[in-house]
This record gives sequence, structure tokens and C-alpha cells, in this order.
Amino acid sequence: MEEFFQHLINGISIGSIYGLVAIGYTMVYGILNLINFAHGDIFMIGAFSGYFIARGLGADQAPSLFLALVVLILSMVVCGALGFTIERFAYRPLRAMPRLNLLITAIGVSLFLENGGQLFFGADPKFFPELIERQIYFQIGDIAISNYQVIVVGLSMTLMFLLQYIVFHTKTGKAMQAVSFSHETASLMGIDTNRIISFTFILGSMLAAAGGILVGLSYPRIDPLMGLLFGLKAFVAAVIGGIGSIPGAIAGAMLMGLSEEMVVGYFSSTYRDALAFFLLILVLLIKPTGIFGKKTAEKV
Amino acid sequence: MSLLSVENLTVAYGAITALRNVSLVVDTKEIVTLIGANGAGKTTLLRTLSGLLQPSIGTIHFNGENLSGKSPHLIVRSGISCAPEGRGIFPNLSVEDNLELGAFIRKDSKGIQKDKDFAFTLFPILKERRRQWAGTLSGGEQQMLTISRALMARPKLLLLDEPSLGLAPQVMKQIFSVIQSINAEGTTILLVEQNANMALHIAHRAYVLETGRIVLTDKAQALLNHPDVKKAYLGT
Ligand SMILES: Nc1ncnc2c1ncn2[C@@H]1O[C@H](COP(=O)(O)OP(=O)(O)OP(=O)(O)O)[C@@H](O)[C@H]1O
Ligand SMILES: [Mg+2]
Repeated sequence: MEEFFQHLINGISIGSIYGLVAIGYTMVYGILNLINFAHGDIFMIGAFSGYFIARGLGADQAPSLFLALVVLILSMVVCGALGFTIERFAYRPLRAMPRLNLLITAIGVSLFLENGGQLFFGADPKFFPELIERQIYFQIGDIAISNYQVIVVGLSMTLMFLLQYIVFHTKTGKAMQAVSFSHETASLMGIDTNRIISFTFILGSMLAAAGGILVGLSYPRIDPLMGLLFGLKAFVAAVIGGIGSIPGAIAGAMLMGLSEEMVVGYFSSTYRDALAFFLLILVLLIKPTGIFGKKTAEKV
Repeated sequence: MSLLSVENLTVAYGAITALRNVSLVVDTKEIVTLIGANGAGKTTLLRTLSGLLQPSIGTIHFNGENLSGKSPHLIVRSGISCAPEGRGIFPNLSVEDNLELGAFIRKDSKGIQKDKDFAFTLFPILKERRRQWAGTLSGGEQQMLTISRALMARPKLLLLDEPSLGLAPQVMKQIFSVIQSINAEGTTILLVEQNANMALHIAHRAYVLETGRIVLTDKAQALLNHPDVKKAYLGT
């Protein structure tokens, strides 16, 4: 039983990081019908910006909550700018062309970031600095919850809550929903669709940066290819939840994190990475539109 | 000077020319109707006026401003608002959110609230349904929402694309009388219709569009009695 709770806690913790990254996939898909293959690499850049900013600020020498927050915010800004740039200069010029061109460009941007990362950061893994002193927060019997897990879950939940608030309760968020439904109709409302699309990329990339930092903190190893598998799993989580739906992405990510931990705990860690694909196949067989998937019949 | 003046407009979809050399004017406070059969080019004209399509030849002047090359969202800010064909509502947003998106370019929350209430007096059913997803509305209710939403921008010129499409006679009458009262409140209207009878009865002036060309124009009353119009559009 205690073992189960430990897995549960670990699962929620990794699941919420998947959630931060999955949201970016789902939002971009919702607004452009594009699978943004570069998103996992933006997550990687988030981790590396955190690494370099932390060292630049000396946060690795003197761990403090304040510096950790500064590192987080600056990395989010860096990735927000990166997401904006990628959309503005790589995707926007191709928007009127067939979807496939855009998809291939996204793969190109992804390869560019991965190889650029290997060139500039070096191919071998780096150890992410301990920005906050690691402590056991509390312990009940054999269940240990570290302050890191509290931070991971707390921060992810806060950011996801903020995002939900922006999308569902602000004017800009409603404009995002309008653009997701139809660029043309949205523009007839006086909505500048390009600005909304930029905004979407910025938001998604900022969340991915936060995800990158949290992974860096939790696992300490980061490398330029870390976005590949993690991004793929987050994408699968978004599909499981119903791509295009933000609550779906969060639910899918939690499901992914929890089942991964349970499989590792009760079966074998060799199945960890295969599980994502097993879940994907299962969902595609049972409910192809995902858990929260919308019917597409509305678009006539 | 006219509020809207379109000169020698030619619009093509690739090799298909949908509008040829179309000229028309709409004066302040008028209801002008453009009637024409399926495929005549009515929607093409409204989409061009809204900035969704670029003309290959011709100019559009609105309120003293040249609209060529202007993007749709800026045209809305200039004062043209369009209720698109086929009820282009946002199905996954509530009726109220749809109305508020119509007022996207405005910042005066008091005025927006007032205009929302005005829309609810025009179409009381929308008030009852205001928290419902717009996609759950009936066809006629969606049409009411599309018109109300376009009004929320407080346009100088309202473009209506076939508001009668697919409506029962009773609902159609209601919508046309609302169009008249919107006009009485001071909004200029360009009404595109296949239902020539209804449109000519509420319009001041009319144009007849046939396969991309304007073939007739006159006072609406005069066209109601025009033999060609009677034969082709009124079935009498
Ligand atoms: N996207 C498009 N690509 C190619 N041709 C088009 C396109 N849209 C419209 N057309 C053609 O342009 C012509 C005018 O179309 P339009 O939609 O303007 O007609 P309409 O008068 O609005 O007809 P309806 O009353 O059926 O709505 C038609 O022949 C149509 O087939
Ligand atoms: Mg039409």
C-alpha cells in the first residue's frame, strides 16, 4: 500500500510535467492544425537556458528560492521568444501552403534545434544545478515526499490553472478559441489572427520551458536530445486526451505519468517507454478522438 | 459622397472569374439589396468587401478610405461588419461569448453591455439561451446570433449574407423586420439575398447580379415591378 502511494506521488509529479509540455502541442494543433515537432526541443532549450542562466547568476553556488524563480522566469522568456520566432519566420510564411509543407518544416526546425544544441551545448549530458536545497518534506512510514515533488506539482498546477484562466476567461483567450474554430470568422470579429497565433506559440513555449526546468531539477541530467522522447510522450498524452483540448492534454498527461510509474513499479522499467505507444494504440482503437476529443462534425 | 463605393471590381478564384466589373454604391442610412441566383457571386462580393478576398481589378472606397489590401480585422475597425453566410457562429462558445467576440474591437464595457441588452430585446430567445453553447441553437436562432454579433461591433455598414437562408416564413419575417429596425436606428445595410421578394420589400435600392455582372439597378420598389425581375426572381 505504501509502495502504491509512493508510485502515485511520483506519477502525479511526472504527469504534471508532461502536462506542461502537452498543452503546447494541443494549443498549436488547435489553432493551426499543426503538430509542432519542434515543441519538444523548445522544452530542451528551456532546460538549457535554465542551466546557463543559473550558472550565470551564480544560483548553482547559493541555492535560493528567489534565484530559482528568476531562473524560471528568464528561461520562460527565452523560450517564449524562441517560440515566437519559430512561428513568425519558419511557419507563418508557409501557412497558405499545403499542411505537409508545414509539417516538414516543423521537423526541420526540430532537427535544427537538436543539432544546434549538440553543437553549442556539447553532446554529453550536463548536470542541472540544484537551485533549491533538496529536502524530504515529510515522511509517513516509507512514503517520502521531497520538497522537489511539492514544487513540481505546485508549480505545474499553478501554471496550468493560469493558462486555463487565460484561455477560458479572458478576452484574448476567447479570441484564441475563436481563431481555433475558424481564422476567417475570427478575423471578421476584428481579431488579428496573426497576433493570436503568436501569442499561442509564446504561451505554449513558456510552459514547455517551465517543464524543461522541472525535469532538470528532478532528474538533474539534461542533454540536447532530451526533448525527443519526452516531447513524443507529451504529444501522445495530448492525443490521448483529445488533441486540441487543454483539459484533455492535462488529463492525458496525468494518465501517462501515473501509468508509467505503475508499470515501472509493478512490472519492469524496460516497459516504461513502450507504454506511451501502447496507450496511444489503445486510445486510437477505443476512442480515436481521445478522452476529451471534440466531434469534428461541427465544422461544416 | 457615398459611404461605400465599389468601382469596376473583378474578383477571381484562380481561373474562375466570379465577379466582373462590378460597380455599386451604398449611401448612409440606406438599405441596399443585392439579389442574384446561386453562384451569381453575392458571397464573393461580401467576402471581398470584408477583406477575405483580394480583387484583381477595381477599388473599394469606404467612408473616404481606400480599402485595397487592408486585412479583414482592420476593415472591421474601419466600420464594416459582416454576418457571414451559413451562420458562421462559434459553436463551442456560449451565445454570450459569441456576442462579446462581436464587440472584440471595442473597449467600452458599458456600451457593450447596452448593445448586448439591445440584441436581447431584438431576439428575446437569445437571452434565454445566453449561457448555452451556440452550436446547440436552432438554425434560425443561429442566424439571429450571427446578425446580433455583427451588430456588436457598432458598424457604420452592416453586410448581411442571405439571412433568410433555410428559415421558416415566420422566422424570416421576424428577421427582416429586425433588419428594418436596425436600419431605423441608423445603421446602413447591404443585404445580399436570393429571396428577392422579401429583400425588395424592405430595401431602398437594389442591384441584380447575374453570373458575376450587375445587370440591373433601380429603386427597390421599381424593381418589384420590373418584368425581368418578376419573371426571374419573383416567379410571377
Ligand atoms: N473558393 C472558391 N474556389 C473556386 N470557385 C469558387 C470559390 N468560391 C466560389 N466560387 C465560385 O464563384 C462563383 C460565385 O460564388 P458565390 O459563392 O459568390 O455565389 P453566391 O452568389 O453567394 O451563391 P449562393 O447564393 O449559392 O450562396 C460560383 O460559380 C462558385 O462556384
Ligand atoms: Mg452565397
